[in-house]
Amino acid sequence: MSSPSNLHMYVMAAPLLTAFFLNLLGRISRAYVAPMVLGSLTFSSVASLFLMGRVISSGGYSYTVGNWVPPFGIELVVDHLSALMLVLISFVALVASVSALKSVEQELPGKEHLFFTLCLIMISGLMGLVLTADAFNLYVLLEITSITTYGLIAMGKGRAPLASFNYIIMGSIGACFYLLGVGYLYLMTGTLNMADMARILPTIDGGAAVPTALGFILVGLWVKMAFFPLHGWLPNAYSLAPTGAGLIAAPLMTKVTIYLMVRVMFSIFSFDYLFLQNPLVQSGIVWVAAIAIICASGLALAQKDLRRMLTYIIVAEVGYMVGGAWLANSIGMTGAILHIVNDALMTLCLFLAVAAILYRIGSLELDKLQGIFRKMPITMAAFTVGAFAMIGVPPTAGFFSKWYLLLGGIEADQWGYVVALLFSSLVNAVLFFRIIEIGYFFKDGEHHGHEKRHEAPLIMQAPLVISAVALIVIGLGSGPLVEMIIKLALPGGF
Amino acid sequence: MSYQTSIWPLAAVLISLIGSIPIMLSGRTPNLRESWTLMAAFGKVVIVASMLPAVLNGGGFEFTIAEVIPGVPLALRVDAMGMFFALVASILWFFTSLYSIGYMRSLKEHAQTRYFASFAVAISATLGVAFSANLLTLYLFYEMLSLSTYPLVTHEQNAESRKSGRKYLTYILGTSIGFALPAMLIVYSLTGTLDFKIGGVLAGSGASPQLLALVLVLFLFGFAKSGLMPFHGWLPAAMVAPTPVSSFLHGVAVVKVGVFSILRVIFHIFGPEQLLAVNLGWVICTLASTTILVASLVALTQDNLKRRLAYSTIGQLSYMILGAGMLSAAGMTGGLLHIAMHAFGKITLFFCAGAIFVAAGKKYISQMDGLGRRMPITYLAFMFGSLSIIGMPPLGGFISKWNLVIGAVSSDQLILLLVLLVSSLLNAAYFLPIVYRGFFAKAADPVFDEGVKEAPLFCLVPLSMTACASLALFFYPDIFLKLAQLALFP
Repeated sequence: MSSPSNLHMYVMAAPLLTAFFLNLLGRISRAYVAPMVLGSLTFSSVASLFLMGRVISSGGYSYTVGNWVPPFGIELVVDHLSALMLVLISFVALVASVSALKSVEQELPGKEHLFFTLCLIMISGLMGLVLTADAFNLYVLLEITSITTYGLIAMGKGRAPLASFNYIIMGSIGACFYLLGVGYLYLMTGTLNMADMARILPTIDGGAAVPTALGFILVGLWVKMAFFPLHGWLPNAYSLAPTGAGLIAAPLMTKVTIYLMVRVMFSIFSFDYLFLQNPLVQSGIVWVAAIAIICASGLALAQKDLRRMLTYIIVAEVGYMVGGAWLANSIGMTGAILHIVNDALMTLCLFLAVAAILYRIGSLELDKLQGIFRKMPITMAAFTVGAFAMIGVPPTAGFFSKWYLLLGGIEADQWGYVVALLFSSLVNAVLFFRIIEIGYFFKDGEHHGHEKRHEAPLIMQAPLVISAVALIVIGLGSGPLVEMIIKLALPGGF
Repeated sequence: MSYQTSIWPLAAVLISLIGSIPIMLSGRTPNLRESWTLMAAFGKVVIVASMLPAVLNGGGFEFTIAEVIPGVPLALRVDAMGMFFALVASILWFFTSLYSIGYMRSLKEHAQTRYFASFAVAISATLGVAFSANLLTLYLFYEMLSLSTYPLVTHEQNAESRKSGRKYLTYILGTSIGFALPAMLIVYSLTGTLDFKIGGVLAGSGASPQLLALVLVLFLFGFAKSGLMPFHGWLPAAMVAPTPVSSFLHGVAVVKVGVFSILRVIFHIFGPEQLLAVNLGWVICTLASTTILVASLVALTQDNLKRRLAYSTIGQLSYMILGAGMLSAAGMTGGLLHIAMHAFGKITLFFCAGAIFVAAGKKYISQMDGLGRRMPITYLAFMFGSLSIIGMPPLGGFISKWNLVIGAVSSDQLILLLVLLVSSLLNAAYFLPIVYRGFFAKAADPVFDEGVKEAPLFCLVPLSMTACASLALFFYPDIFLKLAQLALFP
């Protein structure tokens, strides 16, 4: 533990404060929107890098907001894991926002300031989530991010408000479950601080209340992360939302919730309690994850729209990470954490490509994509990199996290999970090569496309290319990433 | 054995990958674009050849690209076995580049820029496989080869090529993810390393013979580029590609990458002693022998020349696997040598098939009667290639087959000897009639007596050179023989 700094507060505060000014100034002129959004997120990104550097060089720390000592005050924890998440969130948000500026301008003209106000609040909510060490604060922040997301989704056209409403119902049920779980724990321990709970729990005889609390908390988070079969809200929400909203929410929301699951599991409960005392529960959850992966992959195959297909892939990937975290060995957990990073980047890359295609073609139905390689070669090249990462082709990032997850499954003798992962890789290959094939070939009987080259605007291409390059760079750098950060980010007990 | 750290292995792999960028950028000036291809091809041969003396002296080079997984970096290493394959691939790429130019321009093919760029990426991947220091690096380049050849296989962009491309990827990607990847993970989980080591890394890992057998079979089927039955179906389908692609990728690079990967696993992951100890050689031999006989029989029935060559390739590839599976010194040497000998022979045959298509527009053997009289050089080269593959002296193929025969005898497996003999007869039966009917049968098409001339020089020169090389390899096999010896018994 090193001495605290205020750096993480700046990271979190920049988008939050900007959100309020944006709402005011954005009404005066739309010209203020882009510099304010990008400025604040750039600030957060740079500050989060400094924070990461500080944590790597001198370790993490615990921070008490306003110097109120925990368990009464609000405690924030900055360690390798949360610093890594902060870097991830701020960079993904920054890159996604660049492209979102353009698609919001096209889809929601005149509402840019409202859109990005919600967006920035959501982003700072996500940052708060990864920092907090208090179970109730976590609930509050979870609702802040959810409510802003409901709003963002409802801004879409057509059936989007209905999808948002559906999400509100499911999301609220999830939140209730979580809150009930926390309530039980509060009754048992008299505290809301996670570390405090962890200290008190072993000293009391909780009876059935503690496992019930754990069950409620897990189910609540599973709803929020769209863990199959609790995923019903996600496909509609992310595919009907405005493109910009999907772009920012899809790579981050589910991944941050998985982080929360890991955080809550190991900050409140012990390795022994979670995995060893009830091995049946542990292996049962891995089995559910395996089934989730297989079912979600199968559902992805049935989709006729590119973005809906991607949403089901996200659901399958959630299964990867939940399973990895519950394998109960350090390789699996390493894989799960690495996959949080990689999956966020892969989803980002693919959604950026989708945004670019949508901007030019106006539709994502698979039939409309014929000959698109000729029309948008750079977009499709980046899309292909993202697709390879999802399939797990080395040296893209997706391969390496899958490697750890598979290896963890083998070491834990969870062959069902291993087979599910391999199956899902094969299904992803089918899914993406279907798109690549449609885009690469032309109409029947035609050897040469007649469309002229017509790329998306540079402001949408640049983030896309950056995210595609990042997938390869992170893949090649996954050795140092695991050695220097993730090994140290593993929760106690591993 | 000591390896020097050097940037040259990386340069040898990357030169064509980097070359693909100027190739893509100079799409509007074909002459400039083709000169990039030729420069990269020539540079590649020079770099590979410059490392040859050190390897022949028992040394080698190493280069670590990135540390990605504990104990398994992405790393390149030039050892005798890698050098053996790299030499074959880079020399033949040079000839293929020349040939491609003649072929693609004569037929006025579309999308030539994409074609040459993908080709350059594919050869980078091939050298990457040759120079991989461990199984993970090999897997990376193996997949890169699968993906970069997809645009080549589907070059025509019509319904048939779409179907073939789908089949190609399903077989190749499906087996590598479904079989080779888990096999690799099991090896890593048993030993903590994936490094290629003389004598193998699995020796002393304490794995049960059943598990070893499972891993072996997963690897044999996982590297489906080797065309081992029943995962061979992609190879005849992939023949819809333009002929230079078939000749280089499906006569040399892609299929040999499959075989090379399997031999790497047999020699340097399992180790021959380990396989002998648990008596698993028969698994390899059975699968390979079946493939040899069935493929040769099917080849007899094919009228499409390229498809006949494809089935012949499937059979010949299994010769190499069979040799390795004999686990005797001569057998393994013969298997490795056959990579080179078959490459020079088969590429000649494919070049000839392409030259016939360019000059006369014929694809089917039944329509080629009498064509040899109009295209004597092509047909002569075809005869050389056939004889080499049948294993007749004085052509290179004899040397590898001789070693295989000795291997079969010395490991007391006379049934394998029978397989080799029957198969050689079948090879003769499906190749020699083509030559005979070309020269002596009545012309199938009256046009042959007037209009048809030899293919353009860009096609003719490479195929004559590779035919001569097949001949020369009989008299001077020393370099390849020495490399094979060094690879197996340092």
